[in-house]
Amino acid sequence: MITISVNNKKHQLNDDVDPETPLLWVLRDTLGMTGTKFGCGMGQCGSCTVHYNGEATKSCQLQVGSVGDAEITTIEGLEGNGDHPLQQAWKEHNVPQCGYCQSGQIMAAAAMLADNPKPTDDDIDLKMSGNLCRCGTYQRIRAAIHIASASKEASS
Amino acid sequence: MSPTITAPNQPIPEVSRRTFLASLAASTLVIAAGTNGNRALAWAMQDADDNLPFEPNLFIAIDTAGAVTILAHRSEMGTGIKTSLPMVVADELGADWDRVTIKQAIGDARLGSQNTDGSRSIRRFYEPMRIAGATARTMLERAAAQRWNVSPDECKGRDHQVVHEPTNRTINFGDLVADAKSLETPSENDLKFKPKSEHRYIGRDIPIADLDDIVKGSATFGLDLKREGMLYAVIARSPVLGGQPIKVEVREARQTPGVVDIITLPDFTAPHAFQPLGGVAVIATSTWAAIQGREALKIEWSKSDHDTLNSKEHEATLATSARTPGRVVRKSGDAPATIANAQTANIHEADYYVPMLSHAPMEPPCAVAEVTKNAAGEPISCEAWAPTQNPQAAQSQVAQSLGIQPERVTVNVTLLGGGFGRKSKPDYVAEAALLSSELDKPVQVTWTREDDIQHDYYHTNAAMHMQAVVKDDGLPTAWLQRSAFPSIMSTFNPAADEGSGFELALGFTDIPYDVPNLQVENGKAEAHVRIGWLRSVAHIYHAFAVCSFPDELARRANRDPYEYLMDLMGEPRNLDLTGVEYPNHGEPLSRYPFEVGRLRHVTQRAAKLANWPRKLPKGRGLGIASHRSFLSYCATVVEVDISESGSLSIPNVWTVIDAGLVVNPDRVHAQLEGAAVFGASLTMHGEITATNGAIDQSNFHDYRVARMNDAPKRIHTEIIESDALPAGVGEVGVPPFAPALCNAIADATGLRIRRLPLSKHDLSWNG
Ligand code: FES
Ligand code: FES
Repeated sequence: MITISVNNKKHQLNDDVDPETPLLWVLRDTLGMTGTKFGCGMGQCGSCTVHYNGEATKSCQLQVGSVGDAEITTIEGLEGNGDHPLQQAWKEHNVPQCGYCQSGQIMAAAAMLADNPKPTDDDIDLKMSGNLCRCGTYQRIRAAIHIASASKEASS
Repeated sequence: MSPTITAPNQPIPEVSRRTFLASLAASTLVIAAGTNGNRALAWAMQDADDNLPFEPNLFIAIDTAGAVTILAHRSEMGTGIKTSLPMVVADELGADWDRVTIKQAIGDARLGSQNTDGSRSIRRFYEPMRIAGATARTMLERAAAQRWNVSPDECKGRDHQVVHEPTNRTINFGDLVADAKSLETPSENDLKFKPKSEHRYIGRDIPIADLDDIVKGSATFGLDLKREGMLYAVIARSPVLGGQPIKVEVREARQTPGVVDIITLPDFTAPHAFQPLGGVAVIATSTWAAIQGREALKIEWSKSDHDTLNSKEHEATLATSARTPGRVVRKSGDAPATIANAQTANIHEADYYVPMLSHAPMEPPCAVAEVTKNAAGEPISCEAWAPTQNPQAAQSQVAQSLGIQPERVTVNVTLLGGGFGRKSKPDYVAEAALLSSELDKPVQVTWTREDDIQHDYYHTNAAMHMQAVVKDDGLPTAWLQRSAFPSIMSTFNPAADEGSGFELALGFTDIPYDVPNLQVENGKAEAHVRIGWLRSVAHIYHAFAVCSFPDELARRANRDPYEYLMDLMGEPRNLDLTGVEYPNHGEPLSRYPFEVGRLRHVTQRAAKLANWPRKLPKGRGLGIASHRSFLSYCATVVEVDISESGSLSIPNVWTVIDAGLVVNPDRVHAQLEGAAVFGASLTMHGEITATNGAIDQSNFHDYRVARMNDAPKRIHTEIIESDALPAGVGEVGVPPFAPALCNAIADATGLRIRRLPLSKHDLSWNG
């Protein structure tokens, strides 16, 4: 039986969950946490980005059997009330269009900021290029990351 | 008490009993509004019954506590429409936005068109929304006037209350509802619309209704929908259009853990229209198990006539068709004779080609359906949840596939994770319904990315041949252009083998250049895949040729391309399209003429913003293109930077739009930003090809779209202030992008790109 910890909560998975199942589908179909999105299933789009011990990870490429006792954080658990500086900056900049890619974008950005609180445009472009946005919100994503970075700095 | 719009669950009744209206408290003031032909009307519903006088497009409900509910009948796929149309209602009503709740409507023909494409939601529904809002406000004002025993002219609805201006007395909207309900609906002539100066929402940047849920990950897209006991399905479809499974080896698939069933879907018959494609479905307890089960299937597909499609040859066939005299669709003077009599040195010609494209919305097609059966085991009704641009088409396709009446099908519209035209075609909703009917369970069908890329309704490939006879100043005395492309009509009529008038009117028959001898033609082309419409449709390939060719002519004459383009467009005038089949995006030319002056104006603004002309070192360049589409005018300047080794970046884009009156400017800017990225994707990478009828690409590694590191860096957008009739926005930024970028490449290095995408070209240069 597999047990995984998601957003600081332990989940015991039923025996019928194949350990090779990508974490993405366990989150979505087994645990009903649909904030993490499916976009490609091959590590190309980043819609499924979660944190694996704080590191941005594409959950469609991570077998649930290999999660072990790592801590998984999804968009639902990023910050209690959805008021992470990035989420606030996202709202301030009206970043989302359709919104589908945005959980993954925010999760990727959050991991980057934790690592590099003051990223340059180039840092952002490099780190965020694994996350596709078909609606084309990249410019606002970049701007919102800078805002969040500044507000984080101000508050720390 | 707030009106609840949520419908009861089982048993599933007919749609008519489940409407917004039927669920409201009797004390609620309900205003319905609609268009009757070209005229917008609104009326108060005395009773929440189903005897509607004619098809309304919208309902507003105000309850006795003052809560305002507005039904959003168009689909939200990222344009902001679910927010923008209710803004118009709220403004005319004088409502406080914070007390407005927006509810998404189900598919219901009585709501009028819900087909959310063609960049027409604001253009078609701005008037009805205003009238609805003003009708409700007028009734509240009259109720207040009665209460105070004053003239209604002294009463003004604003900030969610009615104010008696001479005395500053106020009554809240909610407290007036009971009285207002018993009043007659004011006639349209009695309505006074708010002047622009009193608009609190129209013209302001209002955040989208679902913003908070989206950033928290709690917004419900189609793929997020769960029903009790739901099973998950994926479908193996024929790699070649029209193939059918003739031998299916299921043993291994059945043994895959989690797989519940394997069902062969009914065969597919042409015309495909919105029918499901058939194939073999694997149903399982999770999406992943279904995908694994499908991997284990072994299927032999029947041969299909469409296996003749090989993209290289098809490209050559289209190019030949475009070079062969074809059907004349616009003619003035005599271009062929002028060309025949011209000296070769004065003739310039070019052939352009744009390959097939796939929509690839970030959320692939998906749907949940739940079918109810009678004692005899026949389906009697169906409820579906889908990210659909066209819930009514979904309703009728599901009904047709199940063999039941459309009234028995309820289609709930979720948020769409992108649409771009793909989700106008509801084949995937019918797939879910068919499977639910077989399994007696709710079923979710998911298209994997591979399914999406390999079985799309493709944006067609197209070849354009252009010829001009030029004078010494470079300006043309004759212009002949011809396009050849498989038509969208082939999806509905397999015999269709030439471009339809509506497709040709998308940026080809309406070329806005002032040339004495002008001819526009179209050639034959057969379709071998499902052809659909993708954001800006035929404008993409038409604008590529129509906006690249002038740049070629300008450079040939050593002229500044911007100055040349302005000369070529000629004097501000309404384009004369007499005798041309020109649907004008469904609007009469008398209301929405083709105004060359407005096209010139956006072109000037874009050039100005970009600081045109600029002397740039080799490898860097500017390109300009302007194009009218969806009744709006748009110009784009692209700046490129190409390294000697040929790697390209786009430091700046300037896009200017004149879309007439604009409701939510921030969302218009966002659409233009998105359009630049969408344009960059198709220009740099976009190409779908087929080998023996089967699509070669399968996911984002080989069907690439722009990422943050190759998308335009800075996109500067400007909206022309205008009170002209509202026009389209969502698609308008796309057409000029590809030609502007390719013109910029010509400026930077001298290389002329006539075939997309850029990834097929070596852009390197020698310094
Ligand atoms: S779904 Fe995981 S990267 Fe696309
Ligand atoms: S906002 Fe639609 S895909 Fe990013």
